[in-house]
Amino acid sequence: MKRLLKNFAFTAGLLLTVVLVLVAIAAPLLAPFDPNAQDTIRRLEAPSHSHLLGLDDLGRDVLSRILWGARVSLRVGFSVVILASLVGITLGAMAGYFGGWLDTLIMRVTDILLAFPGILLAIALVAVLGPSLNNVVLALATIGWVGYARLVRGQVLKVREMEYVTAAKALGARSPRVIVLHVLPNVINPVIVMATLGLAGAILSEAALSFLGLGVQPPTPSWGAMLTSGRRYLGLANHLAIWPGVAIMLAVMGLNFLGDGLIDALDPKYRKEM
Amino acid sequence: MIPITFGILTLVFSLIHMIPGDPAVQIAGEGARPEDVAAVRKALGLDQPLWTQYVHYVTHVIRGDFGNSFQTNLSVADQIKQRYPATIELAMGSMFIALLVAFPLGIISAIYRNSWIDNVARFFALIGVSMPSFWFGPLLIIAFAINHEWFPVSGREEGLKSLVLPSLTMGLALSAILTRMIRVSLADELTQLYVTTAVAKGVTRARAIFRHALKNALIPVITVLALQFGSLLTGAIITEQIFSWPGLGRLLLTSISTRDYPQVQASILVIALTYILVNFASDLLYGVVDPRIKLE
Repeated sequence: MKRLLKNFAFTAGLLLTVVLVLVAIAAPLLAPFDPNAQDTIRRLEAPSHSHLLGLDDLGRDVLSRILWGARVSLRVGFSVVILASLVGITLGAMAGYFGGWLDTLIMRVTDILLAFPGILLAIALVAVLGPSLNNVVLALATIGWVGYARLVRGQVLKVREMEYVTAAKALGARSPRVIVLHVLPNVINPVIVMATLGLAGAILSEAALSFLGLGVQPPTPSWGAMLTSGRRYLGLANHLAIWPGVAIMLAVMGLNFLGDGLIDALDPKYRKEM
Repeated sequence: MIPITFGILTLVFSLIHMIPGDPAVQIAGEGARPEDVAAVRKALGLDQPLWTQYVHYVTHVIRGDFGNSFQTNLSVADQIKQRYPATIELAMGSMFIALLVAFPLGIISAIYRNSWIDNVARFFALIGVSMPSFWFGPLLIIAFAINHEWFPVSGREEGLKSLVLPSLTMGLALSAILTRMIRVSLADELTQLYVTTAVAKGVTRARAIFRHALKNALIPVITVLALQFGSLLTGAIITEQIFSWPGLGRLLLTSISTRDYPQVQASILVIALTYILVNFASDLLYGVVDPRIKLE
């Protein structure tokens, strides 16, 4: 841990991420106003002492909506990472460990999904499933598992030839036991790094989909959706287009820093594979 | 490439069948009359067996026939032909900006490694990759279209002037990635023995860098460039929305909001196929720029 904390990228990233998580957890305590409370007479009001980041087009406090928006971003981020990594790790481990037709099948599916531009597939899926928070998670997990599957398969191919795996098999351990107890713990480091960077990617993609009107629906506060309404009032109320973007950038930058620091700390060789 | 193209075709075909419930009812609208629902079902061929629908779809797409738009009843292929050049123009403009920024910054950064200038370049690269285009675009509009009326806020009517802000939005983000890439690649080459040998034999340092090291450093950069061109096409979906740029991405989003599924399917297919084609070209480029690499 000491070595990790000496790494600037890791420490800065950890700090920003901890702040992000704390803000999301404590949003009800930190937010000065109800994020959905409207004061239509004061709509588009610039930042002031009573409303530090101003009011939006419906007279809602921008700071409170940004604080509550952290919850949506993290909820989507964690849900996508958990779902995508579970599917990806399972399929990747099976493909790498068993090989044969199963490997071919899983890898051809990943080839197709990787050939398809990620955000385009997410837009396509949300377009047919309908815009909602759950569908955003589903769409992003559908494109996200592929990376984990490829990574884990590659790692498992190396690990399955190790002597301790042969020993476990010789002692009579069945395949699921060998995979879960002996193979996966030895391939998990790069997966942790990918999950950290994936969290940043999921937050950014959720914001992008919400910005396009395909993500979280009003009145739920979402950073991306806040930027959409901010775009309509450029020149009139610039604060609406500035602050949600700052929140997105800090969150993404923090997680990217953390992931970068983890690469150096956990597995420097992995930098080349990324 | 052919199996992947068919995979993409199948995926795009199946999109309409992923619509929850009866797609025909969803497309016609919840309160639609039964005869309207039947008309939609017939128009989309949903009354046919799945296999027939698939063969019909693939054969028509191969002939360049994507059907007619639900909204305008115009040929979908014609609409795409109209919008496609605008998207390519935007991608080219962004690539130009990216190269203009990344080359000098990456080279200086590699030559003066760990100096203040290198740190500034690295910080710029980090900001660039973390900054979402849907935030940066509006910031550029505020600064250069509203506060200083140098460029138009949106549209494509003013030619090159209209192209500047959307290209900057995508180009600067890409330049961040390229700067990092050029820095790492050139810094690596500068430590190679052939550079030391060249300098020892009396070649000036500038010549050793620009004539010898840079050439080799550019091999991975060129291939990344080609790959990134593909990602610019998808990035254009968001940028076109910000600047009301009349390209394929904007057409896609408009069709999604009006539930114009033939248009949605065709736009997605064309963007995806262009992306694959560009990626394939970048694979071929590997072999051209570095003859040691042979494609299997």
